Amino acid sequence: MSESFTLTIDGVEVTAQPGQSILQAADAAGVYIPRLCAHPELEAFGACRVCTVKVNGRPQAACTTPATKGMIVENDTPELNEHRRSLIEMLFVEGNHFCMFCERSGNCELQALAYRLGIDAPRHDYQYPARTLDGSHPEVFIDRNRCILCGRCVRASRDVDGKHVFDFVGRGKGKRIWIDAESRLADTPLEGEDKAVEVCPVGAILRKGAAYAAPIGRRLYDHDPIGADIEAKRVGAPAAKGGKS
Amino acid sequence: MSELATGVREICDRSGGDRARMMDIVQEVQARFGCVSGEALNLIAAATGVHRVEVEGVVSFYTFLSGRPKGRMVIRVCDDIVDEMSGMRPVAEAFSQELGIPFGGTTPDGQFSLEYTACIGLSDQAPAALINDVPVTYLSSDKAREIVAALRRHGDPRKLVHRLGDGNNAHPLVRSMVHNSIRSKGPIVFAPFEDGSALRKAIAMSPVEVIRDIKTSRLRGRGGAGFPTGMKWEFVRAAEGEPKYVFCNADEGEPGTFKDRVILTEYSGLLFEGMTIAGYAMGAQLGILYLRGEYAYLRLLLEHFLDERRRRGLLGRNILGRAGFDFDIRIQMGAGAYVCGEETSLISSCEGRRGDPKNRPPFPAQRGYLGKPTAVNNVETFCCVARILDQSPGWFAQIGSRQSAGTKLFSVSGDVASPGVYEYPFGVRLRQVLEEVGAESPIAVQIGGPSGQMVGPADFDRTICYDDLATGGSMIVFGPERDPVYIAKRFLDFFAHESCGYCTPCRVGTELMRKKLAAILDGRGEADDLPYLEDLARTVKFTSRCGLGQTAPNPVLSTLKNFRDAFERRCPARQEGRRAAFDLAAATAEAESIVLEQAAR
Ligand SMILES: Cc1cc2nc3c(=O)[nH]c(=O)nc-3n(C[C@H](O)[C@H](O)[C@H](O)COP(=O)(O)O)c2cc1C
Ligand code: SF4
Ligand code: FES
Repeated sequence: MSESFTLTIDGVEVTAQPGQSILQAADAAGVYIPRLCAHPELEAFGACRVCTVKVNGRPQAACTTPATKGMIVENDTPELNEHRRSLIEMLFVEGNHFCMFCERSGNCELQALAYRLGIDAPRHDYQYPARTLDGSHPEVFIDRNRCILCGRCVRASRDVDGKHVFDFVGRGKGKRIWIDAESRLADTPLEGEDKAVEVCPVGAILRKGAAYAAPIGRRLYDHDPIGADIEAKRVGAPAAKGGKS
Repeated sequence: MSELATGVREICDRSGGDRARMMDIVQEVQARFGCVSGEALNLIAAATGVHRVEVEGVVSFYTFLSGRPKGRMVIRVCDDIVDEMSGMRPVAEAFSQELGIPFGGTTPDGQFSLEYTACIGLSDQAPAALINDVPVTYLSSDKAREIVAALRRHGDPRKLVHRLGDGNNAHPLVRSMVHNSIRSKGPIVFAPFEDGSALRKAIAMSPVEVIRDIKTSRLRGRGGAGFPTGMKWEFVRAAEGEPKYVFCNADEGEPGTFKDRVILTEYSGLLFEGMTIAGYAMGAQLGILYLRGEYAYLRLLLEHFLDERRRRGLLGRNILGRAGFDFDIRIQMGAGAYVCGEETSLISSCEGRRGDPKNRPPFPAQRGYLGKPTAVNNVETFCCVARILDQSPGWFAQIGSRQSAGTKLFSVSGDVASPGVYEYPFGVRLRQVLEEVGAESPIAVQIGGPSGQMVGPADFDRTICYDDLATGGSMIVFGPERDPVYIAKRFLDFFAHESCGYCTPCRVGTELMRKKLAAILDGRGEADDLPYLEDLARTVKFTSRCGLGQTAPNPVLSTLKNFRDAFERRCPARQEGRRAAFDLAAATAEAESIVLEQAAR
């Protein structure tokens, strides 16, 4: 294996391995870079742009940009967090997200990120799109109102499950997550245990009969903000109370 | 087997069941069966070994492809701002009335569909439309009515062409009413050229020497980004991986740009020669010309000239008798997607996928088409290459300005006396161009199309070159009665429509900007909207994944900067915490009347 090298993120020197993206190097070093479409078990995608950092002064997506020796990365700055808030607000207004009665509330990465970045109400106008729901499958349902087009299910089904149940159709604001069948999820080879179901960061693809399993207070992000598990790995960091385990 | 099944099988077999030829397959299926139906999706998926949803993803991406049946004749009215300024609205109205359908509709007899489409590269002869592949120009509402009547009679769009255009527009393989409108010729592109002359000089040198010549000439890309061509070729040549590919970007989708149309019509020899030289220099054997769907009417002509070159030993095996120098060119048709002009989207499209841009790195020079090193260059860039080899790099480098060598074609349209294509040396002053094209007291000029910048009279003494006013060639002139806010809104309509939708900022942000501008035009603007729009535009520019989203906010930012009054007038400060446009009396009238009614009882 070739040799590790260092780069700096927000002034702190971080060690990286060849082949790592900035995001992976940061994760390993216990530095949290906000992200939504990235997932540790899936190929980088570069769609949500929440992980945008400045690399030597220029904007780059941390998940798709390889870490290189001596790189100067800015991450946790007021300017970047302002852009991130705007992006997350865009995702909220683009779909139909009603956290108060969503089964994913408390375990939702979009919601958790909004809390972490201190969003209370979006500045953007709500778009109220017309989107469809598919409850035809015995184990899984898909609610496109909550989809943020992160493509995790597409990659998981294709690369992990080996099925290619999901993909995108349409363009621009008409882009939708779609399925490898005429219209019913039940007509695809999807199974409840598929990786594609597990990786959805929001409440768009959910297993039936599993809603509200954890009471308020014991949900994923009830005590520690999203990213706390990564930050706990930082040398000298105070131990996180709960977080993702 | 059904007719559809046999037909799809035949079409897929002809492409060897190769998924990379998906664009050809779906376009052929549509041409033959009117659309790519659900059943066709299944059949194509089975024949090419891909998933149905992937085929559906492709079909639903491109404007010219459809999953539902359309009319036998599809009338696509160009809804570009220049067409609108030239009287497109009454034309559209006439089409709609005469056909008895709204835009987006199809006549009950299945004969006609009526749609709007983004700039079709005919802003110099606006208003214009495409009827299937046939361009119709200089439309008026009377002409629109005549066209519908004639099509009802004979049902053949090609029979609408009575007077042929100039030059190759009148060629038997084109027979189009389009005009070249070449207004001024320069020494590089619009100059006589003898096929083979540059190529002969190229193969007298080593490939490395050819690249050195391109570097010495200081040629930079003409497609907009201005990347040094010699350097790009050096990267591709040095990159690991075989085979290597040469791509010509003839997607020309930037509204108000049409100079590549003229090159393709009249100077394809120069272009093909440049591509062949590129093949020699980089050791590539295949070149692909990605031709936008709107220019399908030029396809047979281009195929004919390619055949001609093959016959004359300028393409194919052992070119010009040089053993082992093999290079050929094939045409890949686009299907109505501006984003496919972005080089990595263009590659995705050629691979038979949705026209999504790819993540960079790796860059196309390292890993492009099918994962192999690929050089993508603009039509005009290849023409410059051929001329550099034919003349000399020194000759080329002394034309133009210090940082920007050579000439540039400008596509000039809008409020001018002589719209058309002009070849100017780089470094020319905008004021001089405006005078020569007959722009009368312009208030604004859009340089480089919507993705460029909107400048006002204060900038008219600036020069056009890479380090002052950079441009891919579009120049839209706006006269005194035009409204910068409205123009910005129309450009954002375009970007929102053309966003591929892959990344959040561009997919959502262009739509938000568009709607905010619409609200301001509608009298619902307020002072807070301006800083809001600026913040939003900056986020979209800063965080977008490709050049489309990174430049889509430019109309907003540059009009806010250069024409701020036009916004401020419409965005008054709040009064007593309320929007100026908010009519308190009207909003509470109903409630008050109820109260009064109750009180009166
Ligand atoms: C949205 C978008 C559309 C583009 N459209 C075109 C086009 O139609 N023609 C073109 O040559 N370049 C276009 N480009 C630029 C290409 O990505 C690329 O830079 C160019 O083809 C390289 O050729 P050049 O170096 O010869 O200019 C576009 C870029 C973007 C971001
Ligand atoms: S900026 Fe993003 S959404 Fe827009 S065209 Fe590029 S990748 Fe697609
Ligand atoms: S996490 Fe990098 S773009 Fe989504």
